[in-house]
Amino acid sequence: MAGNKKSANYISAKESREISRRNRKITTEMEKKRNRKNIPESEYVTNMKNPDNCVEFDNVHTYFFTDIGTVKSVSGVSFEVPQGKTVGIVGESGCGKSVTSLSLMQLVQRPSGQTVEGEIRFNAGDGKAYNVVNAPAEVMQKLRGNYMSMIFQEPMTSLNPVFRIGEQVDEVISLHNPDMSKEQIKGRTIEMLDMVGIANKEGVYRMYPHELSGGMRQRIMIAMALACSPKLIVADEPTTALDVTIQAQVLDLLRKLKDEINSSIMLITHDLGVVAEMADYVVVMYAGRVIEKGTAKEIFKDPRHPYTIGLMNSKPVVGKHIDRLYSIPGSVPNPVDMPDYCYFKDRCEMCVAGCEGVYPQAYQISPTHVVSCYRCKEGGMSK
Amino acid sequence: MSDQVKTKAASKEDYILEVSHLKKYFPIKGGFFGGTTGNVKAVDDVSFRIPRGTTMGLVGESGCGKSTTGRTILRLLEKTDGTVLFNGEDVNTADKKKLRELRTKMQIIFQDPYSSLSPRLPIGEIIGEAVKEHGLVPKDQYNDYITQVMLNCGLQEYHKDRYPHEFSGGQRQRICIARALALKPEFIVCDEPVSALDVSIQAQIINLLKELQEKMNLTYLFISHDLSVVEHISDTIGVMYLGGLVETGTTEEIFGEPLHPYTKALFSAIPMPDPDIKINRTILEGDIPSPSNPPKGCKFHTRCRDCMGICKEQPPEIRDMGNGHTVRCHLYDK
Repeated sequence: MAGNKKSANYISAKESREISRRNRKITTEMEKKRNRKNIPESEYVTNMKNPDNCVEFDNVHTYFFTDIGTVKSVSGVSFEVPQGKTVGIVGESGCGKSVTSLSLMQLVQRPSGQTVEGEIRFNAGDGKAYNVVNAPAEVMQKLRGNYMSMIFQEPMTSLNPVFRIGEQVDEVISLHNPDMSKEQIKGRTIEMLDMVGIANKEGVYRMYPHELSGGMRQRIMIAMALACSPKLIVADEPTTALDVTIQAQVLDLLRKLKDEINSSIMLITHDLGVVAEMADYVVVMYAGRVIEKGTAKEIFKDPRHPYTIGLMNSKPVVGKHIDRLYSIPGSVPNPVDMPDYCYFKDRCEMCVAGCEGVYPQAYQISPTHVVSCYRCKEGGMSK
Repeated sequence: MSDQVKTKAASKEDYILEVSHLKKYFPIKGGFFGGTTGNVKAVDDVSFRIPRGTTMGLVGESGCGKSTTGRTILRLLEKTDGTVLFNGEDVNTADKKKLRELRTKMQIIFQDPYSSLSPRLPIGEIIGEAVKEHGLVPKDQYNDYITQVMLNCGLQEYHKDRYPHEFSGGQRQRICIARALALKPEFIVCDEPVSALDVSIQAQIINLLKELQEKMNLTYLFISHDLSVVEHISDTIGVMYLGGLVETGTTEEIFGEPLHPYTKALFSAIPMPDPDIKINRTILEGDIPSPSNPPKGCKFHTRCRDCMGICKEQPPEIRDMGNGHTVRCHLYDK
């Protein structure tokens, strides 16, 4: 193990060259396949398994081909986002939650980052479903913004500092509605600013991003994301950079707007409190895999995976007094060189005999609650 | 722990830090001749005391002056007005020689462990630089001393020759803690030490800070906007809003019975990790006003639910509600 770790972090120039040569071969082939002209519809139009779902992730693998080896950021992620519901994705930084959402939007940094396997089925309504993994760029451009859109983490850096707020929101609307007139677009922008609770909407329309506070900027980002009434909002840590009071405002706003335009939310965060408050379903990720998923109630009231339990115990809760916080021992395994047994085994304090074996499959505990842990093999195991 | 706090507070003697009427204004330069056109009142009349061996939590929204308070106490920034007494000695009037002595006793841990470590120095030198500079340990014991400090903070001896980029966020924060502890300080300002870290790593660092406090009888000023962390680690709490302390008291008092409308709103905004609890939120409208032009009267009246006529006219006085619980609000005028 120690030797392996060393070789993963310190590789000779010769090895590195060889890896990058191999990577280039793989990625050019994939890029060639993707950049073909006139890709037939049959390759990316599919059917949803369950037409009530908005998105279905089916065994998705997104890898990054780097010079020190292949980083399996997302390996075998499967879950659904039902229509009109909020799904929270939790996990530590580097566990692949952001890459999962970027794979859905097809915004993974190419060519080194590639979705190599699996399907992400997106339900665009009116009976059409797309597999975004194979969808060509033109189709994706139509989907992004109109059907799914993303709120990024940093409201400070995701707005362009040299354009006025109005121009930036206008751009989104005019790109997706080419037949709208200028006045109509401005009207729509003002309407959006009003919807996200900006009182001085005419004034803000003419302001620059630096004139606004963090909370206001995040509102602008939300207004941009919702400008075309998407069916799915991907919120990547929308409140991490904000204060608690502003966070409460923004979460309240998101909840209200979701009902107003009847869309689904995929909420990515590491704050368990936020997830408990917003989400109907929760997906817990660890080292690129889903280790537990279920309804919010199941996850918070009856967590089964040792990692979920540890995560819950390591956060101090207001009103609960403990002398010492629980901390999960050890650290996340090296992403270049993942073990072939359960990824959490080296940090787990509840190992059973079966843990020596291959990575555990997903065991069903209830129709909605699924856990990847040998302790849940018999189903009836409690905490 | 809380018994210890009470006995210490009762003796009324052993305050390691006494801050009274501290002010820090940043001038705004502008105009044709580049004169001062106004002041950003980052810290405006803040007073508190910290008993030895305890932790005081300082909470508030970003931009309310928490960090500036911490830095002004350490004289990393020069104060505008007020006094800071450390062990009974005035920090701000200390001359160069005295200040050097004081510096080893008061240390700071910064928020971002990625930017507060020099990328060009190995860990052993980062931790030992100030020890050498101040000549705290004889040369022949220096190496053993650094090793001991590193072990105390959960680092291994072989880490000494490594560079910061080889460490994860949690380990870097341990290095920052070790750097502060190497000088055998009595008082440490922790400026959001866990905000940049993951939940599971946060727990490790908080546990480490608590352990070290017990072992070395340290005093912390713990600055954070994460209320659950502050509740966990602090003995007393000060709530700041727009440069001023609006409420102070013991942790039990503040969390059990918050008095100021701002404190109440702040606490009701904390998301609870339990899907069954649906709190009736009091969501604060709007943003924090600009500290260069704070509202007249009570600074909070623009966002306050219980705003009365008097709030817009007169700034409230500090009122003692018993048990060391003070609040600055007209609601409690009698």
